[in-house]
This record gives sequence, C-alpha cells and structure tokens, in this order.
Amino acid sequence: MKKKFLALMTASALALSLAACGGSSSSAASSSAASSAPASSGATSGAASGSAGGTFKIGVIGPLTGENAIYGQAVANGAQIAVDEINAEGGAIQFEMKSEDDVADGETSVNAYHNLQDWGMQVLVGPTTTGASTAVAAEAYNDRVFMLTPSASSTDVVSGKDNVFQVCFTDPNQGIGAADYMAENMADSKIAVIYRNDDAYSQGIHDTFVSEAAAKGLEIVYEGTFTADTATDFSVQLTGAQSAGADTVFLPIYYQPASVILNQANAMGYEPTFFGVDGMDGILTMEGFDPALAEGVMLLTPFSADATDELTQNFVAAYQAAYGDIPNQFAADAYDAVYAVKAALEAAGCTSDMDAATICEAMVAAMPTISVDGLTGKGMTWAATGEVSKAPMAVVIKDGVYTLPD
Amino acid sequence: MKKMKKSTRTAFLTYLSVILVFAVMYALDSAGMLTRSLSGQLVPICCYMSMAVSLNLTVGILGELSLGHAGFMSVGAFSGVIASMYMKDIIPSVPLRLALTMIVGAALAAVAGVIVGAPVLRLRGDYLAIVTLAFGEIIKDLVNCLLVGYDSKGLHIAMNLTGNMSINDLGLEPTGVAIIKGAQGATSTLTIASFTAGFILVMITLFVVFNLVNSRAGRAIMALRDNTIAAESVGINITKYKMMAFVTSSALAGAAGALYGVNYSSLQATKFNFNTSILILVFVVLGGLGNLWGSLVAAAALTILPEALRQFSDYRMLVYAIVLILVMLATNNPTLKAALGRLKPSKKQEKEAAGNV
Amino acid sequence: MEFLSYLISGISLGSVYAIIALGYTMVYGIAKMLNFAHGDIIMVGGYISFCSISYLGLPSWVAVLLATLVCTVLGVVIEALAYRPLRSAPSLAVLITAIGVSYFLQNSALLIWKAAPKVYPPVVSGSLKLMGDQLSIPYVSLLTIVACLVIMAGLTVFTSKSKMGKAMRACSEDKGAAQLMGINVNATISVTFAIGSALAAIAGVLLCSSYGTLMPTTGSMPGIKAFTAAVFGGIGSIPGAFLGGLLLGVIESLSKAYISTQLANTIVFAVLIVVLLVKPAGLLGKYVPEKV
Repeated sequence: MKKKFLALMTASALALSLAACGGSSSSAASSSAASSAPASSGATSGAASGSAGGTFKIGVIGPLTGENAIYGQAVANGAQIAVDEINAEGGAIQFEMKSEDDVADGETSVNAYHNLQDWGMQVLVGPTTTGASTAVAAEAYNDRVFMLTPSASSTDVVSGKDNVFQVCFTDPNQGIGAADYMAENMADSKIAVIYRNDDAYSQGIHDTFVSEAAAKGLEIVYEGTFTADTATDFSVQLTGAQSAGADTVFLPIYYQPASVILNQANAMGYEPTFFGVDGMDGILTMEGFDPALAEGVMLLTPFSADATDELTQNFVAAYQAAYGDIPNQFAADAYDAVYAVKAALEAAGCTSDMDAATICEAMVAAMPTISVDGLTGKGMTWAATGEVSKAPMAVVIKDGVYTLPD
Repeated sequence: MKKMKKSTRTAFLTYLSVILVFAVMYALDSAGMLTRSLSGQLVPICCYMSMAVSLNLTVGILGELSLGHAGFMSVGAFSGVIASMYMKDIIPSVPLRLALTMIVGAALAAVAGVIVGAPVLRLRGDYLAIVTLAFGEIIKDLVNCLLVGYDSKGLHIAMNLTGNMSINDLGLEPTGVAIIKGAQGATSTLTIASFTAGFILVMITLFVVFNLVNSRAGRAIMALRDNTIAAESVGINITKYKMMAFVTSSALAGAAGALYGVNYSSLQATKFNFNTSILILVFVVLGGLGNLWGSLVAAAALTILPEALRQFSDYRMLVYAIVLILVMLATNNPTLKAALGRLKPSKKQEKEAAGNV
Repeated sequence: MEFLSYLISGISLGSVYAIIALGYTMVYGIAKMLNFAHGDIIMVGGYISFCSISYLGLPSWVAVLLATLVCTVLGVVIEALAYRPLRSAPSLAVLITAIGVSYFLQNSALLIWKAAPKVYPPVVSGSLKLMGDQLSIPYVSLLTIVACLVIMAGLTVFTSKSKMGKAMRACSEDKGAAQLMGINVNATISVTFAIGSALAAIAGVLLCSSYGTLMPTTGSMPGIKAFTAAVFGGIGSIPGAFLGGLLLGVIESLSKAYISTQLANTIVFAVLIVVLLVKPAGLLGKYVPEKV
C-alpha cells in the first residue's frame, strides 16, 4: 500500500516538475530558437555600426507586490511610458518590454531575472531595490547581460561589474551632497538624523552623511533609528531630537515614513527644518497628505513632477493618463533608463538580432560615450565604473510645490 | 524488499527517488534542456527542501510548533558567508570551501539552537510557538546590527547596537574587505553554491533525520510527542531528547542557510523574517507532519509555484493565496479524508497520529 | 516631563495593541486557532474608513461605523468559508489556512487600493497641552486609551453576564459538552469572529489615526505584536490581553527612548521570553496541568 502511494506521489511530483518546465518551456523554446539564429550573425555583426535597429526585448524587474510595490510599480510604469513613446515615434529602434515582480527580495529577483532570460531579454532595466540589484548584478555580470538599474543606489551594485550601470545617484553621492549643502548654507545648525537602519539605502546615505558632516565640521546632536517593524511611531525619536535642541532634521528615508514623521512632529508642535534626499520625492503626491505639513521641507532630488519644462510636463501628463497617479522619482529614473538604453544601443550600432552578450559588450563600450537629456538631469553621462554623473538639485517645498531655495 | 522493515523501506525509497530526480535534473541541466528560470531555482529548492525536512523534525516528529526556523537559517547563512569569504584565499578548492562553509553554518546554528532550545523547550504549545517567533525576530535584529570585515590580522566583528557605528569603525586595513555591513547585509560575496552541493545537502539531511527517527532516540522523541506524561513515566529524559531533536533540526537548517547564503551575492537579515519561517512551516504542514518526502515534494512544488504563476502578473500572489487555502481545505476536508481513508486504512491511522499534535 | 510623554505615547500604542489582542484572544479562546489574518482585518478596516472619509465625505463616526460593519461581515464570511470546514482538522492546518487568508487579504487590498501609501485623516486632531505647554498629549492618544478601556469593560461584562457571553465561555471550556447543553457552537463561534473583527476595525481606525499612513501591509506587524501581547498576558484571558498590550506598548516606547531605537523590538521580545519562563502561561493565564 505504502509503496503504491509513494510511487503515486513520486510520479505526481515528477509530473509537477515537468509541468513547471512545460509551463515556461514553450516560451523558452521559442526564445532559444530566436536567439540561436542571431548567435551566428552576432559574431559578424560586431563590425556593423551606425545601422542600429530592430525590436529589442528589455526586461524590467521590481517589487510589483508587497510593501515596496510603490517603487516597483513606478519603475515598471515609467519604463512602459518611455517604451510606448519610442515605439510610437517609429524610429529604427523599437522595444518590447516585460516587467517581472521580485517583492524586493534577492532570491525572487534572481528568479525574475532568469524568467526574463527565458523570455529572450536582451537588456535589463532593473531591479529597483538595492539588495535585489546586488544579487542580480552578480548574475548579470557572469551571464554578460547589460544591466541598467533605475534606482538601486548602493555602490555595491555597480562596483567591480563593468556591465552594470545606474541612473540614480549613488548613496555616497547623496550623503556627501546633503552634508556639503548644509555646510554651505546652514553651517550653524544643530542636526538630528533619523534613519531606517534595516534598509540598505537609508543606512548607506546615513553613513556617508555622518562622515562627511564630521569632515565639514557640522554638528550632529542626535541620531535616531527605526526599522520596518517600528516605522509607525516616531514620537520617541522626535522628542529625542527636540530635546537635543536640533533645528534641522535630516531624513535619509523614503517618503512614506517621512510623511508619518512630519505628521507626528506637527502634532507635537516641533518645527525644525526637515531635509530629505531623493527618496523623499513623492511625499506631496501621497493621497490625503496635507501639503502644509511639508512647508519648508528641503530635499535633494533629481526630479520634480512640478517642473515646467516640456519633457517633464509631457511625462507627467502621460503617466497620469495611463495610471492615474503623479509619477515619482522612481518612474522618472526608469523613463530615463529606457532612453539611456536607446542612446547606448544607437551609439553601439546594435541590431535586435544580436544576442544579449554581444549587445552587452557593445553597450559597455558605448555607455561612457553617450549623453542623455532626461527627466532627472540634463546631459547625464556615465563613467565606465557604472555611476551616473548628474547634479543633485536642492529644492524647498513652498505652498505645496518645489521651488529653488533663495 | 519484503523482509525490510517498513520504515527502512520508506527511507530507502525516498533516497532512491531523490537520487533519481537529481540525476534527471542534473542531466537535463547539463544538456541545457532546463529553462534558466528552473535551473536558477535548483539550489534554493534544495535549501528549502532541507529546511522543510529539518523543521519537520521539530514540528512533525518532536511535535512542537516552531515559528522561528528562519532564524537558524539566518545564523547559518551569515556565518557561512563570513566563513566562505574568510577562507577565500586560504582554501582555493571550491568544493572543500563549500563543505567547510556548510559545516561552519551548521555548527553556529547548532550553538544558536542550544541557546534558544534550553529555555524554549520548557514551554508548551502556543507559548512555545510565540517564543520561537520572538527568538527569530531577535536574531533578525541582532544580525542587522552586525558589522564584520577581515584583513591580514584576521576577522573584525562589531555589534552596532546603538546605531551610530558604520563599517569604518571596524578599523580595517586599507586592503581589508567588509563582509557584512549591518542592514546592508552581506554584499558582493562570491557565489560558490552548486546543485550538486544542494543534492548532497538534501541527502545528508534525509540521512540524519531518517536515522534519528528510526533509532532508539527517535522512538523516545516520538513517544514524547504522542504522550509526554506516559513517556516520562517510563523513564525517558524529556529535556535530553527534546534538545537532541531541536538542536539537530537547527544545525541542519544552518547548513541549508549556509548554502543559501553563498548562492547569492547579496543577503540581508530581513530576508529571514517571520514570513520565511511561515513559508517553511507551510511546506511542512502541506507535505504532512512527520512525512519527510512529503516535505520534499511540498518544498519543491511551493517554491516553483510562484514562479510558474508569473503569467498571472499582478494577480500572482493572489492566486498563490487562493491555491494555498484550497489545498488546505481539500486535504483536510472530512468527507474527502474519509474517502481516502476507506481506500487506505493504514494511512488513516498515521494521519490521525500526526494530527494529534 | 519627557518621561511622561514617552509613557503616554507608550500607553496609547499599547492600547491599540490591547484592542487587537482582545480580538485575538477571544478567537483563540473559543476556536482554539491562531487567526493570523486578524492583522489584515485591521488594514481592511483602515481602508474602508479612509474611503468613506476621503471619497464619500462621510463624517468620522459614520466611517468608523461603516468600517466596523464591513469588517464584521468580512470576519464572519472568512470564518464560514475558510475555517468552518476545518473545524475537525488539526490546528496546524487551520493555521496555514489563516496565513493563506492573510496573503489573500493583503494582495486583494494591493489590487483594489494600489501600492501607494495613503495618508489617513485622523478622526480627531490637535493635542491637549498641560503644565504650561511642556507636555502635549494628542487627542488621538486619549481617544485610543478611552476606547480601549471602554471595550475592555464592555467585553468583560458581556462575557460574564450575557447569555451569548456565557455560551462563549462554555464553548471555550468544552465544545462537546456545550453542544449537549443546547448551545449552538457554530453560531457562537461566528459571533466571536464578528466581535473580534469589529474590534479589529476599531483598532484599524485608531492605529491609522495615530500613525497617519495606510498601506496593504499596515496590519501585519501590529498583528504580530498583538499576538505577542495576547500570549504575554495569557492567551484566552481578556484582562490578560489588555495588560499584555499595555505593557508591550510601554516597554517598546521606553526602550526606544532610553536604551536603543534599534533594539526596541528585541527588548520587547526578550521581556516576553523572560516572562514566559517565569510564568509559562503568561501573566494572567491559567496554567492547567495535564491530567492523565
């Protein structure tokens, strides 16, 4: 009896695993067929340049579900708008895009990446979050797939990997930028820092901010931390900052906890100058958020949905029409990432029948030569190390809109 | 075959099917017949299988509900990553380094198992469950504070308990390498895991658990599960056998964690949170309490399932939740169970025995 | 002065935990199951009241009422569809089903209300200034504490005096015997779920009012904390859940203030472990020795 049951279960297990193979093998078969053909032409196409064209498959990875879904969805949507625009223009380069969910988790992200490979991805735009990107970057480096992350800001993502590039600022860049700005414009202030210490992004900026602040002689009077599990109540940290006499509170965190902090500080009657980084962008567009609370908040951001230039306004209009939300900085980074990929493909003279590895080598060579005017910066260029060069912009929120500080 | 004891036969058949499946998968993988998606999941599947079997030892065989199993995986993963990075230049042979990594992971997780088990196992039922949950969360928080690096002088370890330290405070030499940077976790670690290592891990886990279960000690452990008072009255040392099962379980989880840790180049403590513990518990319950190959099948199936559901895109996790609920309803429906029971009278008794936890 | 303000924020946080824990503990006492989906009912309550205030423009008290109503129905429906068929199944099977329900609710909320966090308009705003403005207590905190006391008193009276309350206690002692005495066990369990879910809705409104934002995962961590609180006080005991919730909130708040913001959770859990080692059935739980 037992044996029969066991045999049955083993058989069903096999059937299941085969079904799992079968589920994706149809696409895999077609994609391997598609990519095996160009593999032969790929060898010769290295010489072809200036004749870039065809439909490229780009994969996007980000947390589309789970507690970080806001960032992944913004990236997927922003990239989709860029892809639609490029396809509508009808130029030589066309894109086919597929976005996969990674719940901001390294393991799932690697799975998503492999899944996209099975689909026939030629260029990767993603992942969205730092931890996941570091995990995927190692795979992409080994597989020689060109990777451009819109928003993973740690230097660990790009360091030592020639084919991995970033669109956003790096953490050190932001921490140093914030400290330098404060040293120049508000040197006498007493600074409190509240950061999330179980988050790579937040801790990364905090670490560089603190060391740069020490170098510039800024006075940090209070440091408070929180974790994902304690992100609901900040009264303790705010009381601590208040009693330490801080008149500036640096918040290297995302806008969701920042909104809670602003709310609670307001309830306590504590009114320091709050200073945020690019993760703060989006706070004004939160549904139900009272912009009066953010009055006087300063932040370093590469993107502002209120900017008056034509590019930004078109993007915001398209985004609102398609998804009903006002885009945040993540969406803008992803939008720029797709245009950067397009520029690099053109510069490298890639054609869509090349395989991912050939495209990767060509793009790695082309990346430092291109310059992109995007939503998050004019004339963005890339170093061969993978870091972007663009200027962070300090803005102050006045009457619910970003304005340049006086 | 007929003369073999039933338990031995189950063990034998389980080994055989694992070897067969491994051989088939390995051949398919080497021949490039697997999708990238599936071949990339082979190692994590092995880790989860091993996690499920080891948790089954605590939940199914010892009969104590543990909600913090991911904590031991975390200990194993981070100690494994440290060991693997530290030995990078000392031991050039990758298989040897991988084996040592897993041994270090298992050893440290065993130590954690002793520390956690000593107080926890005095409690019962849901109180025990909540304390394992508490330990899991504590381990997560402590690993979040961990700063580790190494240079020519050896390992530097610091606990960033106040939140004011960074990796610079370790005082590493310029040539030193930071391995674990607090919340940023372990980044840019070398990935040395392989499917073969995963297979060996699963085999060792099965071997250890089967042998423990079918030994004198195993019978004592199951006697404790079925009736603690009766077991105590015939002179079974409760603490000793409970600890034996619990520490074995955590050591195996540590080995699995170590392999998991060196399979990815980036690892954060938050990965091993309450949800991961629950995920592994789901494998065990779905596979059947005390049923080792059930755990194997459930772990593999439920690891592949969310990937296989990718075609549902946004509805993926919703479908996963519905499948989970329906499977639980279907497998525990009294009418269905009665129908199955009529077909297999011997199975029914076992199910009931396992159900009385 | 600082100490007082930390203490009050701790009591307010603890009151929210206590309200959630009361729901947990009642369901546990009667159905003998850990309802992991309880935390997600909080989130649903938060969203329903958010929608009624922000989209329908209803006054706060109507919103609270509506949220309570929806969650009550939701709780009963979940019980009937997912848990009732498993009444005779092993408790672990029910636990896993509850986890499935929790995933289901979270992902449904993600699809319905999208991932972007919503800023919750507090049901009451402003704060009470005492001692020459040195101490300011948000009215939301006061409301939370009062609500918690009222609920706790109401539940105590309900379970000890009313017919349904007595039936609940009978069911939690012995389902079989209760049934023989003519108590409708299924109906009693349904009512318990209804009360627990209604409490979760109220807790959701108070939680979101104090902490301002609302996401599909808002309920999960408070849910786990409240579960801890329920066990801390002795699961199944109503005063225990109240005491456990309050202590948990105060310990969390004070350890954040005076020890380390980083280790607040660790300290809470460490205290829990120590308490359970000294009192294995929680602070107010009855330790029932096993009879042979």
